[in-house]
Amino acid sequence: MDIVKEILQREQKKNEKYKPITVEKHLELQIDLGSLLASDTNDLNEKLLKLENERDKYLQELTRDNTQLLLNKIWELPTERVDEAIVVQLPKPTTTLPRAKPVPTPKPLTKWQEFAKAKGISKKKKGKLEWDEQLQKWVPLYGYKKSAAEKDKNWLIEVPQNADPMEDMFAKKASEKSERVAKNELQRLKNIARAKKVKIPRVGLPVTSDKATALQLTTAAAVAKASTASLGKFQDKLPKEKEPRVKGLNELVPGKERKRKAPIPNPQAEKENNLNVLENILKKRPKIDMEKAVSHQIREEQVQRAEEKKNIKPAKGKYKNKSGKPSKFTAKKPKGGKGERNPGKKGHGRKRR
Amino acid sequence: MAVIQRIKKPTTRKGKKVLLSKEPKAIEGPKQCIFLQGRNPSERTRQILKDLYNLKKPDAAYLSRKNDFVPFEDSSLIEKMCHKKDAALFGVGSHSKKRPHNIILGRTFDNGVLDMIEFGAESYKSMSDFHNMKICAGMKPCLVFNGPTWDLNPDLKRLKSLFTDFFYREKVESIRLQGLEHVLSFTVSEDSIIYLRSYRIILKKSGQRTPRIELEEIGPAIDFKLRRTKLASDDLFKQACKVPREVRPVVKKNITRDAFGSKLGRIHMGKQDIMKLQTRKMKGLRKTPEERKQMLKKKKERTQTLTENVRAPSAKKVKKQ
Repeated sequence: MDIVKEILQREQKKNEKYKPITVEKHLELQIDLGSLLASDTNDLNEKLLKLENERDKYLQELTRDNTQLLLNKIWELPTERVDEAIVVQLPKPTTTLPRAKPVPTPKPLTKWQEFAKAKGISKKKKGKLEWDEQLQKWVPLYGYKKSAAEKDKNWLIEVPQNADPMEDMFAKKASEKSERVAKNELQRLKNIARAKKVKIPRVGLPVTSDKATALQLTTAAAVAKASTASLGKFQDKLPKEKEPRVKGLNELVPGKERKRKAPIPNPQAEKENNLNVLENILKKRPKIDMEKAVSHQIREEQVQRAEEKKNIKPAKGKYKNKSGKPSKFTAKKPKGGKGERNPGKKGHGRKRR
Repeated sequence: MAVIQRIKKPTTRKGKKVLLSKEPKAIEGPKQCIFLQGRNPSERTRQILKDLYNLKKPDAAYLSRKNDFVPFEDSSLIEKMCHKKDAALFGVGSHSKKRPHNIILGRTFDNGVLDMIEFGAESYKSMSDFHNMKICAGMKPCLVFNGPTWDLNPDLKRLKSLFTDFFYREKVESIRLQGLEHVLSFTVSEDSIIYLRSYRIILKKSGQRTPRIELEEIGPAIDFKLRRTKLASDDLFKQACKVPREVRPVVKKNITRDAFGSKLGRIHMGKQDIMKLQTRKMKGLRKTPEERKQMLKKKKERTQTLTENVRAPSAKKVKKQ
């Protein structure tokens, strides 16, 4: 028994030598081991926090306790030995933090890539160098030393049979090349615009010399008018302004739909179409708008009646009717301009916005 | 990648590489941080920024030039600087009569300001005021948030996230136990003053495997007072927190665990063909050689008629033409 007691006492002494690693908390801490984060939701001792000289000590004590709890949890995790250092495997962090940049999305395909995909065309891998039979050496496909090799190869160009003999074939070749480069660049830009869903402005007016024709001016006016945010919907019209009739205008004006006629199927149909046009021209007769005619007639009659009324002198006396007695169905009281002639009509005058 | 989506192509290979490195990635590295000075920074704000820079060092840049701007009024300059330095976090210090010792901490998402929070540094003790051993640079700190208000107030909730983002450094899978050297504690009092304290961890013997922790203050010690805030809308924040598909854990179907922790699997069986079921073999039911021969004959006949049927219509067509 003595031995047991002795051992127990020794243990106790040993433990007394060390400070405890346990911490008591009213509410348990929320610990995210993956990001080494501990949050203590227990109430603070506000009294101590307000005292200048006690505050730092209190904060240190509080943080020590919470750190102890956090590290206790970390020490429980599975460990590993890597290069004489003990390493702990951390779990995945539970707090989600915002990213610095958005999640990458797959790049939209270019027009060619789309086409190739639809047709099942795959890119063939080409070597960087190619054996040139004429020069008897390896020539790069592009880049450094390519243009020198090209110059070596094409030091002389044969003038074709039907070509103009005075034309500089080298200059022609160079201009063709630059044209191709420009076209490629344009296509690249178009692809970018397509990917970003930007509407590309259609090609505008042709370059004029010094004086524009009437047709070009009307076109320009129409395009300018439609070049507002609301596509010219609220632009005022000039008095007697007509719809511009220029061929291909709809393609230039934003917001207008292009009308494309179906191609003529056969010569018979074409002939028929043309005959129809001719007939339309020949049988031109004044068109009568029945509604307009009727309303015109009614108006004229009204005017006439009004004039007649003016001419007839009003009858004297209290009661204008023949019997001389007041009738039950007299004319309505005058409303002082409030009575409306046309109750269906919504407003008066010009539309205001 | 999207570098090709630029209207102006990079002219040099190096330039292209730089642009590619700035592209959004599925798995991002540690967020970079820039510290810069607004108009008339006081000595204190400058010191605070320096100390924060020292804490964040490998992933931060301290820009020493003064900038005449107020991020809360016009955030374009800070966005530009963050884009230029490829940084997602920023700290700005300024000083004025109205807002003395002003510190702005914030973060960006997609080159636009996400959150921005302004503090006034009421009292401050720098790292150099504590004469003791400091921690090594680039240590991942433990973060401790004290006080119930952190989770109650929505502004403070976002601020907690911002502080975590600021000092979190990087996602790690494993950590050296001796490398746990640094604690940052953020305490918020009732009158919403935030006490930032920084301590060095000393591991002491405890007679057990887990050590006893002692702390030693190394600075900086700052008492922040909350001023203006400009927080992202929940919509934008949610968008910023989106986890890419590559990182999202793949859910294994049909595996569950019950309350005792044992694994349960659900198996889907196809429909069984009963006609092919192998029953018990019996001598009496076995086919004799004659029977088997007959069956073979029948099978052959059937296949022949089938092939003829297939051939026949094509032959007819030929005749018609």
